[in-house]
Amino acid sequence: MMNSAPTPGFWAAAAMIAAIVLASSTGEVLTAAAMQSIGDLDEIRAHSGMKGAIRAVVTCPLFFAGVGFLALAFFSLLFALNHMNLSLVAPASASLTLVVNAILAKFFLHENVDKRRWTAAILVCIGVYFLAH
Amino acid sequence: MSHRRLSPHQYLILAFVSVSAPLGDACLSQGMTHLPPISLAHPLSLIGAVFTPWIALGIALLIGFFATYLTALSWADLTYVLPATAFGNMIVELLARFALHETISWQRWLGVVLITVGVGFVAHGPSLTERPVALEAPSIDKELESSTFAQTLEAAAQLKEETTR
Repeated sequence: MMNSAPTPGFWAAAAMIAAIVLASSTGEVLTAAAMQSIGDLDEIRAHSGMKGAIRAVVTCPLFFAGVGFLALAFFSLLFALNHMNLSLVAPASASLTLVVNAILAKFFLHENVDKRRWTAAILVCIGVYFLAH
Repeated sequence: MSHRRLSPHQYLILAFVSVSAPLGDACLSQGMTHLPPISLAHPLSLIGAVFTPWIALGIALLIGFFATYLTALSWADLTYVLPATAFGNMIVELLARFALHETISWQRWLGVVLITVGVGFVAHGPSLTERPVALEAPSIDKELESSTFAQTLEAAAQLKEETTR
């Protein structure tokens, strides 16, 4: 059965994309913070095996907070895909998430987001916009 | 910032991160467009959508993506890994042009070039922000110090006594 839902208006589309971007950015920053606190998974696996690496991840509360937000982002994405085309939803949410993540990574993860990374984030953002056309 | 280079194994993980995400999204889109419209009044129908074949395949690819993405985040910055995920869109575009013989507009080619340049910018830089290591001198308990010193003196005296016998 093909989806015959009417195309949503500008504000409805913006709200769906904003929900994906906010949930996804929060989830990614929390997950990145969790992985930074755990350390290099390859090294943990070399010392304690695969079980040790899995235990290190699943015993970190930040990881579960991140996964919760990423699950919210996933269902927001499914909902948006049910009403809009992938060619609009994927690039718009991906490019906005990239810029929001760069800002959050600078202030919350204290990553060194230098000129090189800002330039890359903006170039990729514009590139993803063009891919949608 | 740390200037360590990534190993070929780590580049392979980044490649899987970039390819699995757009392929997973494409499977989800294929599955969701073949479902009847879902309204906010019946959100549980989204759970039912998870068990349709295209969406299940999309989820399997996204689980693979998530596992490799977590691994990458454990040795690289978020702002280093994320542009790599956008690189996957470019790979899908090239596959569409050369494997599926689809026509690609100049805007899309421009998008491909911009993403490639953007990813190149990040890839040539350091992968991980160097964190300052706390170099605090361990606090020494004076009582413990004196008792250890006393024990050492006692042991030395005992040893001296044994050797003189």
